[in-house]
Amino acid sequence: MQSTDQLTTTALPTFKRSFRVAAWLGWQIESNWTDPFLFAIYSIIKPLAGAAILVVMYSVITSGDFTSPIFTYIYLGNAFYIYVGAVMTGISWAVIDDREHYKTLKYMYIAPINIPAYLIGRGDAKFLVASISVLITILFGVFFLHVIIDPAAINWLLFIVSLLIGVVMLAMMGLILAGVSLRTVQHVWFIGDAVAGALFLFSGAIFPLEVLPSWLQVLGYINPITYWLELLRRSLIGSVAATFPTLQGFTNQQLVAILVGLTIIFGVISVFVFRYCERVARERGMIDMVTNY
Amino acid sequence: MFFDILLPMLSVSAYVFVYRAIGAPEDYIGFVVVGGAMIAFWMNVLWSMSSQLYWEKEQGNLALFIMSPSSLMAILLGMALGGLVATTLRALAIILLGSVFFSVDYAVSSFSQLFVVFTLTMVALYGLGMMAASFYLLLSREAWHISNLAQEPIYLASGFYFPIKNFSFWISAAASLIPLTLGLDAMRQLVFETGPSLGFLSVPLEIMILLVLSIVFLFAARLLLAYMEKLAIREGRLTENRR
Repeated sequence: MQSTDQLTTTALPTFKRSFRVAAWLGWQIESNWTDPFLFAIYSIIKPLAGAAILVVMYSVITSGDFTSPIFTYIYLGNAFYIYVGAVMTGISWAVIDDREHYKTLKYMYIAPINIPAYLIGRGDAKFLVASISVLITILFGVFFLHVIIDPAAINWLLFIVSLLIGVVMLAMMGLILAGVSLRTVQHVWFIGDAVAGALFLFSGAIFPLEVLPSWLQVLGYINPITYWLELLRRSLIGSVAATFPTLQGFTNQQLVAILVGLTIIFGVISVFVFRYCERVARERGMIDMVTNY
Repeated sequence: MFFDILLPMLSVSAYVFVYRAIGAPEDYIGFVVVGGAMIAFWMNVLWSMSSQLYWEKEQGNLALFIMSPSSLMAILLGMALGGLVATTLRALAIILLGSVFFSVDYAVSSFSQLFVVFTLTMVALYGLGMMAASFYLLLSREAWHISNLAQEPIYLASGFYFPIKNFSFWISAAASLIPLTLGLDAMRQLVFETGPSLGFLSVPLEIMILLVLSIVFLFAARLLLAYMEKLAIREGRLTENRR
């Protein structure tokens, strides 16, 4: 049995190397299909269009009352939700991309790398692209849609801590989906987008949880994304977050503790689910399966 | 069932609850349900029709298609028919579930016009899909990204979740090049009580435009497919696989 020291000297460097190389590979795959200018346009049009759908919906009904707190609530929730789809899809899609498209997953498995670290690294590229999209979406809201964010009033520590914990939590959820992708063949290519789309409903991203029927609100309260978005809103514009009663009973510290707790739970679940799915995929010969689907 | 109906239904529900959160009139809930159902057709055209020849090229089948004694137009028409039937079932399921869950009230003013609008919209839409497929013959890795890009911006421009009358006339007119824009607008006018007051153009005019789009897109698809096939053969792109 390896001692703790041995594990640290062998496992950690492998993890770091797998992550670093995968992140670079992911970035190349994401960005080198076109020139940088077109890539930049591509990266901002999609999220801005997604935000614009909500802006138009809101504008139609309220005759353009963008000063209302509910608008800022919707706009910021939607902007940060870009991370959810990007990170979860980035990690789970890497399985499909390498197995079905590049047909390299089997070579990854015989290489001296850590597969979960490799997959999370592949998702890291999506995280970088998503960060640009989130920033541009928020800046668009600030400059054109009366979303008032005062840099001096932002609780930067809370914002950075919440963002980082949330990204780890999303990576863990992405790893669960990657495991499911390993042992699924059909329909699996959009599993990340599909799950992110489904969680959109139960995260309080674009409407307060109170709008949901009470029996559905429970799903929102066990969804870590709900707490993550609340923390981000509180850190950026505390006054807007205070307008909605959903999580008013919790202090910032309590919300961070809940988010950390749920992240650990999802982390443990992701390790077991990924290992189980990986074992089943190996047993059934699914690591190099090409379905042409 | 889970991926094709339940997950799209959850996305539709999210937009329904946004309208509920901002106190929208009940007909807007119906607009979202119908728009959400019609997204299934756009996704089908985008991923299973426009991109199809690109997928086939990636898998190495496209050269076999070209060698076989059949036309690409016939292959795409077959795909269109199969995709249309399957997607119609999915869309109906979304409308049925959405209507039951959110108690949507319909007030259909003309079933015959509704049938004509739907049929013409589908003919024009799948004609557009065939046209796009011819362009995809020349594309490589960028095909996936282009399809990916043609989702949210089209949802926005075509008014899947709101009436396009809210845009300026010229923006709505430009968006009308996508058949679903006018098709959705006409359908909403025909099935909802407040629909006519929120319509972009009159239903008869929209039917006429959809008829023109159907003819133009199908004819253009035939010409473009023949041209692009020749171009792709000349430039050696039919078996190209730039990963």
